[in-house]
Amino acid sequence: MSIVQTAKPPSIPSKKVADFKPSLLQTEEHHLCPGCGEPVAIRMVLEVIEELGLAQKNVCVIGHGCYGSFVMTMDVDCTLCLHGRAPAVSTGIKRMRPDVAVWTLQGDGDMTSEGLAEILHATARGENITCILLNNGVFGDTGGQMTASSVVGQRTKNTLEGRDPDYHGYPIVIGDMVASMQGSAFVARGSVHNAAAVAQTRRLIRKGFERQQEKRGLSLVEILTMCPTGWFVPAAGGADYMMESLGKTYPLGEIKDVAASAG
Amino acid sequence: MALRLLDGSEAIVDAAITAGARFYAGYPMSPATELIEFMAKKLPESGGVCINAATEIEGVNMALGAAAAGFRAATGSCGQGLALMQEAIAEAALNETPIVIFNMARNQQDYFQATRGGGWGDYRTITLAPKDIYEAVEHAQLAFHLADKYRVPVIFMGDNILARTQMGVEIEKRDFGALPEKDWQLDGTSGGSGASRQIWTFGGGKTNAPGPGPSEHWKRIAEKFDMIAGIEARHEAAFTDDAQTVVTGFGTGGLFVEYVVRELRSEGHKVGFFRPVTLWPFPGEALEKATENCRQVLVFELNAGQMIDDVKLNVTDRRKVSAIGGVSFDESGLNLGALMDARVIRERILAAMEVSNQ
Repeated sequence: MSIVQTAKPPSIPSKKVADFKPSLLQTEEHHLCPGCGEPVAIRMVLEVIEELGLAQKNVCVIGHGCYGSFVMTMDVDCTLCLHGRAPAVSTGIKRMRPDVAVWTLQGDGDMTSEGLAEILHATARGENITCILLNNGVFGDTGGQMTASSVVGQRTKNTLEGRDPDYHGYPIVIGDMVASMQGSAFVARGSVHNAAAVAQTRRLIRKGFERQQEKRGLSLVEILTMCPTGWFVPAAGGADYMMESLGKTYPLGEIKDVAASAG
Repeated sequence: MALRLLDGSEAIVDAAITAGARFYAGYPMSPATELIEFMAKKLPESGGVCINAATEIEGVNMALGAAAAGFRAATGSCGQGLALMQEAIAEAALNETPIVIFNMARNQQDYFQATRGGGWGDYRTITLAPKDIYEAVEHAQLAFHLADKYRVPVIFMGDNILARTQMGVEIEKRDFGALPEKDWQLDGTSGGSGASRQIWTFGGGKTNAPGPGPSEHWKRIAEKFDMIAGIEARHEAAFTDDAQTVVTGFGTGGLFVEYVVRELRSEGHKVGFFRPVTLWPFPGEALEKATENCRQVLVFELNAGQMIDDVKLNVTDRRKVSAIGGVSFDESGLNLGALMDARVIRERILAAMEVSNQ
């Protein structure tokens, strides 16, 4: 990463993030809803990959969800695999190409509902892959239904009165589960609800890929992303709603880092 | 090279590795268990990887990943395990990832599963059904060749007799001809080039290079399978020119039928045999020709009647076709039953010929 010198005034004007497109996107356009948090999260991942010099050394395995549309716009080698199976497909790729950074892009429906076995067993095996979880607590792609990570009280199209633990059970906190297993190297939870959170999440993504490069085991970076459409709130209200609902069940920060524990 | 006395499972594994297989992910299930045991021992010695998957679903998806990365990859189980893999087998067909699936079947009840499939979409699976270990050694290599040639999943269909009988075999690398370069493999190198690679069932392509889209992509896939059907059907037959009775069977059943028919021929009976070597594509035209002049066609299979559908679709007069097989397991329910016996097959053929002569 280039260091910005502050001893002298800058020679080029500052520019907004929205003014330029990461080189690993083929277009700045996306097809997701107003207020969606996923494009920001995906953009950060692509920027980190380039920063780490992995642009020509990575494969993305994409699950099924709204973010799947990035299979057409991300300029990296990628496959859109079966629902929930991204950690298994990634295992096959990584074991045969250990020098390539392999990462999954999954939603909470993909990872915690359909694909719980795959993420847990990939962790148990200590696969050197980085899993990016875009967690909005809802099946956004199908229009807002309950996933295994929907929080208690959350209104969805099939929990109309809110998720009731007595009837619908409790959310799966996948980050804590993965962190508790020996095969994980780095587990953290970020968010894209404001600029500070975005900056913090960027660092978490970077650490996740660094642990993979160090061959320390599986890294999981969970990113809370707004889904106003799936939450039935106004686009501008997504960020506040998210931190009042998902934010309480899924606190932000690093959950585990083997590098830190090793001193 | 001297012959080596090997279990069928070991011979199949050695042949697969000789063919260049470098990845296997599976789950133990009788009678396919020995495959993963031998793979676990032998693949690492050959620079490959064998993973003990948590489920058959995980295993087949791992194989999809390894194959997408450009390597010869396989998974395996028996029909019950393949039932769990159906979604991924369809996916391999529709996103054009070449994998090999070994079905060391418990019986002959997986014919429909292999030739019709249980996944979604317009796809077929090339299915090789060797009659013995010698042919299995060839098919274990041919399967990878055909998978790469057409970018399709290929099923190798064996059974407990094939897996657990020992034979003296010599495993030599077979050359089936040149293959196209894997210019689609995900090696991670094309990021940021503007021409990065994609493997996707919907055939959407990328912004810079749009694909045909789902409808056109799936139409092309279907046309590819039509093309394969016209090229890859294989069979073995004898004595059909003047036979009054033609007996069909596949895999081990085909071998038993062949033995009995040769015996009956030597006694002067006008009987012939026809064995589909590929269950899909089914060698329908060859069967039609082989049964043109006969009076009856007998189908021997250890199930309630599955291949007989394909036989009836291809024999010109389907009234000539009748079954002499049936459901038959041993007492464990895990292996071929007492009906897989040359004496029983002989009796049933003779009885059918007697009825036909009346």
